[in-house]
Amino acid sequence: MDHSQVPQHNISTYANNRKAIYATDTNGDYTLVASSGWDVEGEATRQALAELERLADAAYERVVSGEISPLSFHMYNRRMDLQVLAESTGLFKWRIRRHFRPHIFARLSEKMLALYADALGISTEELGGLPEQRSLR
Amino acid sequence: MIRPRYEHGHSAHCESGVMSLMMRHYGLQLSEAMAFGLSGALMFAYLPFVKLGGMPLIAYRRMPRAIIKGLQKNLGITMKMQTFSRPKKGTEILDGLLAEGRIVGAQTSVFWLPYFPEEMRFHFNAHNLIVYGKEGNEYLISDPVFEAPVRCSTEDLQKARFVKGVMAPKGLLYYPAHVPEVIDYAAIIPKVIKKNARAMLKTPVPIAGIRGIRALARNIGTLGKKDLRYAKLFLGHIVRMQEEIGTGGAGFRFIYASFLQEAGRLIGSPQLAEASVMMTAVGDQWREFALMLARAIRSKKSQTIDFPALQLKLEDVAEAEADVYRTLLSKR
Repeated sequence: MDHSQVPQHNISTYANNRKAIYATDTNGDYTLVASSGWDVEGEATRQALAELERLADAAYERVVSGEISPLSFHMYNRRMDLQVLAESTGLFKWRIRRHFRPHIFARLSEKMLALYADALGISTEELGGLPEQRSLR
Repeated sequence: MIRPRYEHGHSAHCESGVMSLMMRHYGLQLSEAMAFGLSGALMFAYLPFVKLGGMPLIAYRRMPRAIIKGLQKNLGITMKMQTFSRPKKGTEILDGLLAEGRIVGAQTSVFWLPYFPEEMRFHFNAHNLIVYGKEGNEYLISDPVFEAPVRCSTEDLQKARFVKGVMAPKGLLYYPAHVPEVIDYAAIIPKVIKKNARAMLKTPVPIAGIRGIRALARNIGTLGKKDLRYAKLFLGHIVRMQEEIGTGGAGFRFIYASFLQEAGRLIGSPQLAEASVMMTAVGDQWREFALMLARAIRSKKSQTIDFPALQLKLEDVAEAEADVYRTLLSKR
């Protein structure tokens, strides 16, 4: 890629950071160019984020209607899926799936709740409920 | 022993960036492109049975840690590498090494590093950075994919170093125990390049190297039969693996072209110079492919995506890339 073609699209996903891209200068010599991002990349990143949002939103609704436990929502809200949560906690997937059932989740021990809270990086109080507004932090 | 002040540098990729910066700090001038190329870590792999966020693993390089290991083997560098079962111990050892005045490489998760842009925080556990000091409760961090040094609290870095799961870092720390003063580039460069080119052309497995690219192309050709939302997510996933995670653009192909150019000048090889120009063109083709994918993702539901055209484009890329490796292997 020629250095003049290195995209500078200021993509939102970089949050004003720049990434180093290898490109050739007018003499054909390779050099590092700081890029504010390529639309193509930004769109792909946001597409993946939108999918995680969609899953979290759907889970949020189902928690509100009492179909599933808040654990399911918090999992998606932390950009995880069942596989990642299972790996982060060391629990079997079927066990976690069981804990998605509200009446079983309500009976979980403090120890088990602490395990989930730690893997998700939230407090046990937060784990037991839903935030008014969803955010990563 | 008095060491020079650590100097941060902006790199395209985390692991090659860390190794280049670390070697430079310890007196061996090694650019990022040379670190990447000489590790022999250039690859392509399409692993449909390994899922990352529900998507098949697509890699443009060898496994994490392959750059560190490849450089040890090919350049005669010795690295001290340490993992831990207890997070607290891992933090103590890191603090001890910093107190000795060392700079230390660390493997971390991306998600748990607060200085990453929010929209870039995904559960990827094989990120690499250099810790070069500590002030109060904050580590001074040289993250090669960032333009300037950053900071991170003790608790946050510990969390990021000890996440569990696929490619779990287990608190991995590394630093050089021995750095050679002279390197016999004239002998090492051709050997490493030929080995890498052979691996790309002649893999026994149909999902690695050039055969891996063709396998992915065939898979794209069949996406028309799948659910449209899945198909679009899959195409977006390919773009992300190629462009998003610090690959220097076009899935490391530009970094490798830069390496071929630098290596060719170092040993006076017109063959490598020619291959570098070819590899740049391949990188440009990978980017054209990414652009086609982006357009396909954008298309509205009523329009149908031309999957066979995407397959054809990727097959062209595979053929052009295979040509580069054939050039590198040809005897002149």
